[in-house]
Amino acid sequence: METFKLTVNGQEKEVTADPGTPLLWALREDLKMTGTKYGCGIAACGACTVHLGGVPTRSCVVPVSLVGNRPIVTIEAMADDPIGRVVQDAWISEDVVQCGYCQSGQIMSAVALLKNTPKPTDKDIEESLGGNLCRCGTYLRIRQAIKTAARQLT
Amino acid sequence: MLRPIRIIPFAILFLVTSFAGIAARKQENTARAHSTRAEGLTAWQQIYSVMSHPRCINCHTAGNYPQQGDDRHRHLFNVVRGPEGKGVPALQCATCHQSSNADSTGMPGAEGWHLAPLSMRWQDATDKILPSSAVCNTVTDRAKNGGLDGAALIKHHQTELVKWAWQPGLRNDGSARSVPPINYEQFMTATRNWVQAGMPCPQ
Repeated sequence: METFKLTVNGQEKEVTADPGTPLLWALREDLKMTGTKYGCGIAACGACTVHLGGVPTRSCVVPVSLVGNRPIVTIEAMADDPIGRVVQDAWISEDVVQCGYCQSGQIMSAVALLKNTPKPTDKDIEESLGGNLCRCGTYLRIRQAIKTAARQLT
Repeated sequence: MLRPIRIIPFAILFLVTSFAGIAARKQENTARAHSTRAEGLTAWQQIYSVMSHPRCINCHTAGNYPQQGDDRHRHLFNVVRGPEGKGVPALQCATCHQSSNADSTGMPGAEGWHLAPLSMRWQDATDKILPSSAVCNTVTDRAKNGGLDGAALIKHHQTELVKWAWQPGLRNDGSARSVPPINYEQFMTATRNWVQAGMPCPQ
């Protein structure tokens, strides 16, 4: 076991864990931040997406020992993020969510896309969110919500 | 004083032996050049055996996606090339691949993980590996290889991303990924020998 200093949503945190522990479990089990979801554990579904050093990252495959001093931003910080807030509002207005399990990962990817591409095309959305799976099949509403958020941001 | 008539045979003899010497040297140089080229081509075949291995060629694709595994299947999870070979904004290579292997989760990684540019594709549009001569011509074409000369190619082969092929880490089931058929030292020796031989390509 080792102790790792993490910066999560702007706050300094300490986690004592095996170096190979995925960041997802450090967040959920050690820091009790359960907004980030466990889906597949092999980076195949996107439910565990957080922003690591500004890069949307699958936290289920990144060992806590490889995080270093890169800041971590999770779904819990999106309400205070200027783009995250607009995306969450668009999610509500477009009634995107069905079961909701994958949606924190979907929103983290959507925010990452809009930070880089303010007016995404259908292709941009399909490519960027192509790794975020939704078993309820809410893809069309996700696409619509991203476009709604993009309109409100520009 | 020697009369000219006596000098002529000596002059002829001198000329004949000189020409014979030049011809012999020429033959020797040609033989050496052939031998150097042959050695260079042998070295190239060793290099090609590495370049055509899945650990290398999976990121030298001709399409809009990288490949995975020893069967070189299309990268899962809808991963695409993106404008700079590093994915797209919300699905980058770095979304999963970190600066080193993550053996506890089975995720491979190395500094600067990215796809080779399309100009450096070593496969055709059907994902079939190009023959040795075609790959060699691509690698030595400075209009395609980013302007790399022999010395720069040697340096490229010393980057962490190239070295990763020999330390590819564990899969998520704990088994080891396969590595190229020759070891890294043999690969670098072959690269240096090939460059020294003038980077010859097979016909």
